[in-house]
Amino acid sequence: MVKVVLPELGEGIEKATISFWYFQEGQRVNKDDDLVELVTDKATFNLPAPCSGILSQIIYKEGDTVNIGEVLALMEED
Amino acid sequence: MLVSQKIQYQIFDLGRIGFRSAYEFQKNIFLKVKNNLLNSAIILGEHNPVITIGRCGKEKEIKVDYQKLKQRNIEVLSIDRGGKTTYHGPGQLVIYFIFDLRFFKKDLHYFFNFLENLGILFLNKFGIMANSKSGMRGVWVDNKKIISIGISVKNWITYHGMSINIKDEVLNNFSLIYPCGLDIEVTSLESILKKEIPLSKAKEIFLSCFKEEVEKWLR
Repeated sequence: MVKVVLPELGEGIEKATISFWYFQEGQRVNKDDDLVELVTDKATFNLPAPCSGILSQIIYKEGDTVNIGEVLALMEED
Repeated sequence: MLVSQKIQYQIFDLGRIGFRSAYEFQKNIFLKVKNNLLNSAIILGEHNPVITIGRCGKEKEIKVDYQKLKQRNIEVLSIDRGGKTTYHGPGQLVIYFIFDLRFFKKDLHYFFNFLENLGILFLNKFGIMANSKSGMRGVWVDNKKIISIGISVKNWITYHGMSINIKDEVLNNFSLIYPCGLDIEVTSLESILKKEIPLSKAKEIFLSCFKEEVEKWLR
């Protein structure tokens, strides 16, 4: 399983809120596809898929606020 | 093509253009940057009247009904920009930044500070003292907002950017919304200086400030 982690977004930015997932659990995703959109400060930030494979588990849903470094989802790599 | 230490940026001036057309143009440039056909770009323009609702915005931030907006030929669009509700229209200089932050700094806070400082420098060139505010992005003069900022980031490439109120005519339609979701006053360059400022002059000064400021922030 590959962890989809919320990366460092910038100095002093500790969290971001999930706007929406581009894919649902069980769907196939290609590496670098937009996977999830988050909002922080006055920016939207699109996190790309870290690998190609199946999005097996979404841990945080739309509207949830997530701390930097937390795992947002799990992917089963090809 | 202007070459900086790490970033190479192309400048586009779209003139007066509808928001949707400018958005399509941004996306095309974004794809060129993503596909390494272009390093980075800034796009200047002036929009037809439009209210845009960013990702965190809500329709209740518009004070009047849609019929009234239609009568005034003001379009309303929900868009993928960060932030809440704002207005764009004639007399406002809009600048989109298609910046590959891998060549700048992969730090959204740093990029926002760059935009705010660029805006402050621009106003300083007109003899105006401006400031940013903690927790309230944008640039302010005497507690009135003059520059709004909101971006989107994909693959660490930015799009959207900032808008600067230049002419007095842009201020009227701000009364139709809560700008950025707030009950605040907005102002313009002409309103502060009490004299006419052609948009062409504002663009020229903005570009010279941009060249000056981007070099500082790349160090």
